[in-house]
Formats: sequence, C-alpha cells, structure tokens
Amino acid sequence: MADTPAILIKDVKKKYPTGTEALKGVSLTVPKGDFFAFLGPNGAGKTTLIGIIAGLTLKTSGTVEVCGASVDTAPDHAKTYIGLVPQEFNFNIFEKVEDIIINQAGYYGMTRTEAKPKTDELLKQLGLWEKRQMPSQTLSGGMKRRLMIARALVHSPQVLLLDEPTAGVDVELRRGMWEFLNKLNASGTTIILTTHYLEEAEQLSKNVAIINKGEIITNEPTKELLAKHHGKSLEDIFLELIGHA
Amino acid sequence: MKNPALIGYYTMVRKATVRIIRIWSQTLLPPIVTTTLYFIVFGTFIGSQLASVSGHSYMEFIVPGLVMMSIITSSYMNTVSTFYFEKWQRTIDEMLVSPMPSWVIMLGFVSGGVIRAILVGILVVIVALFFTHLAVTSFLIVLVAAFLTAFLFALAGLVNGFFAKSFDAISIVPTFVLTPLTYLGGVFYSVNQLPPFFRDLSLVNPILYMVNLFRYGFLGVSDVPPATAFLVLAAFTIGFLVLTTWLFARGTGLKH
Repeated sequence: MADTPAILIKDVKKKYPTGTEALKGVSLTVPKGDFFAFLGPNGAGKTTLIGIIAGLTLKTSGTVEVCGASVDTAPDHAKTYIGLVPQEFNFNIFEKVEDIIINQAGYYGMTRTEAKPKTDELLKQLGLWEKRQMPSQTLSGGMKRRLMIARALVHSPQVLLLDEPTAGVDVELRRGMWEFLNKLNASGTTIILTTHYLEEAEQLSKNVAIINKGEIITNEPTKELLAKHHGKSLEDIFLELIGHA
Repeated sequence: MKNPALIGYYTMVRKATVRIIRIWSQTLLPPIVTTTLYFIVFGTFIGSQLASVSGHSYMEFIVPGLVMMSIITSSYMNTVSTFYFEKWQRTIDEMLVSPMPSWVIMLGFVSGGVIRAILVGILVVIVALFFTHLAVTSFLIVLVAAFLTAFLFALAGLVNGFFAKSFDAISIVPTFVLTPLTYLGGVFYSVNQLPPFFRDLSLVNPILYMVNLFRYGFLGVSDVPPATAFLVLAAFTIGFLVLTTWLFARGTGLKH
C-alpha cells in the first residue's frame, strides 16, 4: 500500500530496569522514501528508539510498525524490511570482509549464490573491493563504517537505520558517504539517520525530529524548520530547542 | 521452494564448522593431547597393574568414559565461548536483527557445539585404537548417547552464556561443576566398587548415566540399567531444550 508509512511509532515508552526513563511516549511517522534525521544530545533516547525498531531493545509500551508489520505481532516480517548500521563496530574481527556480508545475507534467507553478486556490487560501490579477502580487523575506521553499511544493505532493505554512521570518519570520506546515501535514498530506500554532525542532517534530510530527555520536541520538514528560524543553522536551532543556546 | 530459516541455519552451521576447522589447534587438538596422556598414564602405566573391571581390561573400561568426557567438555565449551564472545562483541546482533526465528539461532549455536563434540569424539576413538582393542556392542546406543550428550551440553553451555557477564563467568561452571561431576561420574571406575554410601551418592550425578549408557554401547556393561540411563539423558535434554528456547524467546541477556 502506497500510504503505509515506512515507520509508524505510537506512544512508545521505555523504562530500563535501573529506573531510567529513556523514552516518555514517543510518536513518529516516517513516510516511505523519506530521508529522516533523528537528532538529540547524548542520552536523549535516539539509540534506544533505533534499537526498538530493529528488535534489539524491548519497549515498555506503545506500538511500532515497519512498512505495516508490527514489531510485536510479526517481528520476523518487520525485520525483513530493515537494515541496521549500529553505532559501534559489531562484526567478527577475525572474519573476512566478504564473509561478513555473505553470512549476513544468509541470515536473511539468501543463498551464497544469490548473495555473491550483491556483495560484490556493494564492496565495489563502497570502496572495499580490494580488501574483500582481508580479516575485518585490518580495516581502517572509515572502512569498518562502510563495511557495516554494506552488511546492512545486502538484503536490499526498504528502510535503512543509521546510528551515527559517520562518527570518527574524516571529512572527505564523510562527503563520499553522503553522496552514496543520497543515491540510495533517490533509488527509493527510506533512510533514518541519527547523527551528531548537524551539518550532515541539514544537508541530507527531508524531515527532522529532535528528541531531548526521551521526548520529541520538534518534528517537521527540515526546510520549514530552517525557514521558521530565519536563516539560523540547524546547529543553532538545535541548541536553542534543547535549551543550551 | 527455498526456506529462509533453513538457509539461515545452514549459514550458522557453515560458519561454526569453518571456525572449528580454522582454529583446530584450539578446538580439536587439546582434547586429543589430554586423552592421549590419560591413555598413557592411567591406561598403560597404572592400568596394567590393575585387575579387570566388569570383565574388561582397565584400559578398555576407561576408553568410553574418556571419549564421553571429551564430548561433554567440547560441546559445552564451544557454545559457551562462541555465544558469550558474540554477545560480548555484539556480533550476535547480526542474527538478532535478521528475520531468523530465535529457535533457529539457538539451533545454529547448538549445532556448532555438537559438530565439534562429534569430531573430537571420533578423533579420541581413533587415538584409543592405538592403545587398545575396542568392541562395539550397539552402534545405535553409541550414536544416540554421543549425540544426545553433545546436544545436552551444548544447550547447557548456552544457558551459561546467557547469564555470563564476564569471561570469568564462562569458566566457573566448567571448572567447579562440570569437571568434578565428570571425574566423579564413573569415567575411571565402576561405582559398584564404591562403598554403599558413595555408590548411592554417585547416582544423583547425571553424568554417571551418560557415561554408562555410552559404555554399554561399547562394552555391553553398565553400572545402571541402560533404559534408566537413556531416560535420564532424554529428560535432561528436553529440560534444557525448553529452558534455552524460553531464554532465547525472552532475549535474556541479549535484549535490554
């Protein structure tokens, strides 16, 4: 259905066993094809929400749907739509670059024969082709980030969740990643991005939400948000909204 | 028609097998060296001075127990170490974000433990043949006992991995629980030779039943009725299977 949003989040709350309320009733709708920036200071609840969408974090209450599939009643179906690039490197450092991607495809039900061409294509697009037979621990920081993007895309997900994908990446490489992500979005993949580089969000996103202390404090088209604040940068607006201006 | 869950399972098993073979000096070699020493010291040096046990030479008597000991240790250590390492490094998220059902992920880990245990078991039997003749009374009993025991301890390793919060925690159970129970499980002696109190005490040790069922498959002798031994093994396996499936479905120690 064309009207089904990529992500539909209703009144999601998360309280950790320690008592920390990470999310206090978050509601969000991300339409299909969007490039959505999800911003907030450290500890605001961004990674928690990404974890809930991806099935890695248990919510306390509320509902989440991915392309119409509920993460509660049809979790395995919902997961087929998602590709996740986590904040921390989480691949096996002893495994070969190519094997990491092919194995991930296997977990999504693709045979090795089916996964190989897509893996080769991604390795070439992301500049990892020469390193495909190397153990992943030999890659540079930027290459490891790109490997995680390749791994997340091998099953051609409809929604790509990127949690701080350019952290620790140099300017040149970051620009290259922006270009890659823009092309991916143009080809129809919905992208949800959390980042600390507000320039990145300003450049890439169509819509933006800012979360602070577990609550959404703004959620609107990026251009409208910038226009409303009369030429201020997204960074100035962000600091103003979270009360640090 | 292709089955995505089956492909996911195959991917996990293939990865586990490649790992076991790639690091053979850590996964396959140590139990061979250890059991060879047991065969030399206990079987040849000490065993040659001992009377026969249950109608078999001491060397013949201890071989099934030593094979079973290797199977137990290998299956347990394989799952507890790979599962905890993947949990610690968060590599397990690769599987948790995928549409593979949790029971498939569980079976993938368990199969890795079973494969390693069976490979080690075969290698130890081959080594044993250099020291003694080994008769087989029932291949079926040998295979069932080996498979079920490997499966059970692979599950037990996973349970340990779920609750482990440090690398120390994955060595506590093998050192302080598994090793004493194995040594006291009739690997080196027949419990019928013990005083009545210690014989009865030995009967609460589940490993005794596994060792004896396996020994019955080879030598046709057992300290406990083989049917009872099979039932104990099957009951523990089902119990751990239910527990592990439940822990996986809840995401214990995996999801916050």
